[in-house]
Amino acid sequence: MKTSILVEKLGANVVCGKEHLETKEIEYAFASDLMSDVLTINAKNILLITGMANIQTIRTAEMADIHTIVLVRNKKATPEMIELAMQNDMIIAESSNSMFKTSGILYNMGLKPVY
Amino acid sequence: MTAMQLKFHIEGGNFTKAGFASSEVKKYLRKINISNETIKRIVIAMYEAEVNVVAHAYEGEILVNIDSKKVDISVIDKGPGIEDIELAMKEGFSTASQKVREMGFGAGMGLSNIKRNANEFIIKSQPGEGTSLNIIVYLNNVN
Ligand SMILES: Nc1ncnc2c1ncn2[C@@H]1O[C@H](COP(=O)(O)OP(=O)(O)OP(=O)(O)O)[C@@H](O)[C@H]1O
Ligand SMILES: [Mg+2]
Repeated sequence: MKTSILVEKLGANVVCGKEHLETKEIEYAFASDLMSDVLTINAKNILLITGMANIQTIRTAEMADIHTIVLVRNKKATPEMIELAMQNDMIIAESSNSMFKTSGILYNMGLKPVY
Repeated sequence: MTAMQLKFHIEGGNFTKAGFASSEVKKYLRKINISNETIKRIVIAMYEAEVNVVAHAYEGEILVNIDSKKVDISVIDKGPGIEDIELAMKEGFSTASQKVREMGFGAGMGLSNIKRNANEFIIKSQPGEGTSLNIIVYLNNVN
């Protein structure tokens, strides 16, 4: 599914990577605040839903080849996060919704669970 | 491909820089002919080890040796060491501080993540002195 359609449905605010919204396709989603948990994922085209907003969130995504991150519960991306995300061609979207609601919307749209 | 060595110093407690070394290795590996799947296994194992030095030790050294057959990563730190390695390897076991947990770590899954992604993995520790890891990933997909 196109990332642009997903973030629009979530009503999320895209703070970096707008230029990739039409080209990046998403198939799976994973919701976690535990970075080592994220590092176990063995799937491609994953969207990460997390309430953990710090530089290690982006580092973890970089290592795990994750290109799209939705920060929930009004967590904001810091300038350092945005800079590192841009270097790695990532999309970061911020949402005021909870992790549960965000997951529910994306599940309904047909994104698949990793486990 | 000629053999290559990369070397990094890791500061304990510095979460701003944690992952920098692994990121540099990833950039290097992408320039040589290795599949994305293999690169991901290498950098995830290295990143978990790097974060462990930042989270649990005082300082460390990472040596990455790359040749046409394998990537060999040595992570040697000065720190409190690990009393019971078997227990530390168990998923869910963690002594991570509150500060480390606030960064998203402390699930107790890092060492088992390393083991899962490595072809060879050796961990040794001297309590009160430090810990050393040797992680080897084979490069089957190199042309
Ligand atoms: N380099 C190290 N020095 C001292 N203790 C360590 C080191 N690496 C791991 N440990 C010990 O082993 C435990 C388990 O490590 P592991 O990486 O599996 O989990 P974690 O770091 O606690 O959490 P996670 O990696 O899931 O974020 C740690 O909590 C710590 O007690
Ligand atoms: Mg760890």
